[in-house]
Amino acid sequence: MTTNMDRTITALVQDKPGVLNRITSMFRRRGFNISSLAVGQSEKPNLSRMTFVVQGNNAVVEQLLKNLDKLIDVIKVSAAPNEDVVSRELALIRVSATPDTRKEIVQIADIFRAHIVGVSPDSLIIEVAGDADKMTSMQDLLKGYGLLEVMRTGTIVMHRGKSS
Amino acid sequence: MRRTGGQIVCEALLRQGVEVVFGLPGGAILPLYQTLPEYPQLRHILVRHEQGAAHAADGYARATGRPGVAWATSGPGATNLVTGIATAHMDSIPIVIITGQVGRDAIGSDAFQETDITGITLPITKHNYLVMNASELPNVIAEAFHIATTGRPGPVLVDIPKDVFQEETEVADTPTINLIGYKPTIKGNDRQIRRAAELIQKAERPIILAGHGVIFSEAYDELRTLAEKTQMPVITTLLGISCFPEDHVLSVGMPGMHGMAYASLAIEESDLLLAVGMRFDDRIIGDPARFATNSKKIHIEIDPSEIGKNISVDVPIVGDAKHILAALLKLAPTKTHPDWVKHITDLKKSHPSLDIRPTDKLLPQFIIKKLSMATNGEAIIVTGVGQHQMWAAQFYTFKNPRSFITSGGAGSMGYEVPGAMGVQVGQPDKTVWSIAGDGGFQMTMCEIATMVENKIPVKIAIINNNFLGMVRQWQQFFYEKSYVATEYSHNPDFVKLAEAFGVLGLRVTKQDQVESAIKQAMEYDGPVIIDFVVEAEENVYPMIPSGQTVHDMIEEPRQTESQPIS
Ligand SMILES: Cc1ncc(C[n+]2csc(CCOP(=O)(O)OP(=O)(O)O)c2C)c(N)n1
Repeated sequence: MTTNMDRTITALVQDKPGVLNRITSMFRRRGFNISSLAVGQSEKPNLSRMTFVVQGNNAVVEQLLKNLDKLIDVIKVSAAPNEDVVSRELALIRVSATPDTRKEIVQIADIFRAHIVGVSPDSLIIEVAGDADKMTSMQDLLKGYGLLEVMRTGTIVMHRGKSS
Repeated sequence: MRRTGGQIVCEALLRQGVEVVFGLPGGAILPLYQTLPEYPQLRHILVRHEQGAAHAADGYARATGRPGVAWATSGPGATNLVTGIATAHMDSIPIVIITGQVGRDAIGSDAFQETDITGITLPITKHNYLVMNASELPNVIAEAFHIATTGRPGPVLVDIPKDVFQEETEVADTPTINLIGYKPTIKGNDRQIRRAAELIQKAERPIILAGHGVIFSEAYDELRTLAEKTQMPVITTLLGISCFPEDHVLSVGMPGMHGMAYASLAIEESDLLLAVGMRFDDRIIGDPARFATNSKKIHIEIDPSEIGKNISVDVPIVGDAKHILAALLKLAPTKTHPDWVKHITDLKKSHPSLDIRPTDKLLPQFIIKKLSMATNGEAIIVTGVGQHQMWAAQFYTFKNPRSFITSGGAGSMGYEVPGAMGVQVGQPDKTVWSIAGDGGFQMTMCEIATMVENKIPVKIAIINNNFLGMVRQWQQFFYEKSYVATEYSHNPDFVKLAEAFGVLGLRVTKQDQVESAIKQAMEYDGPVIIDFVVEAEENVYPMIPSGQTVHDMIEEPRQTESQPIS
């Protein structure tokens, strides 16, 4: 497989100052492009888990994994398989809403099993969770009403069968 | 025991077996300096410029295999180290650098002489630390040495705020190393080693391509025994030079941009490349898509990220060269390839890259050849970067490991003088020659004063062409001889300069003065500078232009039948 595609990579890293900088500095220096990044505490004390979505073919992803692994503060890296994983992202979307459109927007949110978490006279805040495709299609549908602000957390993944 | 940060650092260095530190003081590192009198076993060499300290530590490490240490103060002291750190990083040299930093409270406030040196050196160190508590120092220093010297070696920087040097703390007797994310692979995969042995069995035109990794792992004997058992000719990369004796029948020299034509051709014609401890650098492969397309490739390399980076290989083996070659030696067949070996001998005759054309002029190649003969190939040669570096690599016949010391990956001009200083400190009983460019020499020549002060008797041969020669050659070949900003029309009088430094200065302008000048330099007790005024527009041949292949090689135009000098 030599085509470029989105690949999700997870890394277990030391929870210390400067670790994120080391990782992003390596990505920048080697010319890897990150399209999404999520960082948070892991199940292990003093270790964080990072999830990156990158664009690239197999060779690029392999180089990226090896270069990540080479960093002293990185404990373990793995590329998520494309199947058999749960992939989630959370987005908060502020969309403009008039008395005429408010109802339609709520319906769209329902279809996506999203929630209205904020209401103001001329806008709504929608909270939606799902994989990257769902985020994009929801955003596409809401575009017509006027997207005022979009916040996305970046993708996190978990293998259905085993722990990574 | 209670100790100050400064004491902890000195004791930690001594525990690591450090005998010498190259450095220069300033406010932020002063508390460390002021503890030095308590530790007379720790020799300090005061340099003239921090770049010299970093290069000297690097030279010391390359010559001894033990980690070199340099330190400097915060801000400009630390940034002056940067070229030296980058040089060590590109060539995987184990050095530990300590920098003073402004006090903890001042960090982030743009205080006087505050520089984010851990940020600056992030991409040019194997790892770095900013130590915010004296109690962390013992473990951090132990980790720094461990990281610098194991796996693929490299520089590690430890940045220490001024008040951490002053802080008193309770310390344990022995440090602990806690690096759960760092476990270099040493032993090679058995199945891959078996596959490698099978490929060697099948090969008819095999070549070993040996790199710097052979020197790091000191796999000289394993390499040589394997080469002899399987009758595989050995080619060495620039940094691999001296890992295999060049007077050995199986030695084929260096390939690549300025390598011997026959070495590059042998790689091209080979059906098996056994690459050991090297990284398929662009100076060797030229065009990755067209490099050695007829061969299967085995790649023995300790850094997994080097495998498949530039060239795809058939049998990757991650691990330490010494371990893997020893294991491979057991499985490898006893073989001969008389036709192949003879073919390479014929290539050496039809492409005599090392013949020097007959002329009355003083050629740099001639000087190096004479130096090689005068020292019996047993001196340690340190170079700068440029034409003289390539001629040194080509025309000196290296017999002993760790005897060719040069900035390969970074190509740092100015390495020649301080690098040689560090080499001589590490190998006080050996003859050390610095083969210098007139350009590079002037970048760091201030360290000659350091050599005089510390009785470091390096012999310096300036190959003086009054040009930034290698760049001039590119201008000649690729820019119609338009010599923009490459001529040094007013170099200093290097003999008078030698006198000013208080060292012996000699000038050589003719062939018949070369031998006696070399002899006089070697008999002199102390540093010497010889100003070899050479043919100015001499070119390094062969040359494979950047990004090209052996088919695009430019060889020396030869009018007459060439004859080797004796
Ligand atoms: C610090 C640094 N600056 C610039 C260069 C680019 N460069 C490569 S070779 C060279 C010329 C070197 O001249 P000299 O030291 O006189 O050696 P020569 O090539 O004449 O033997 C230059 C400028 C470099 N390698 N390093």
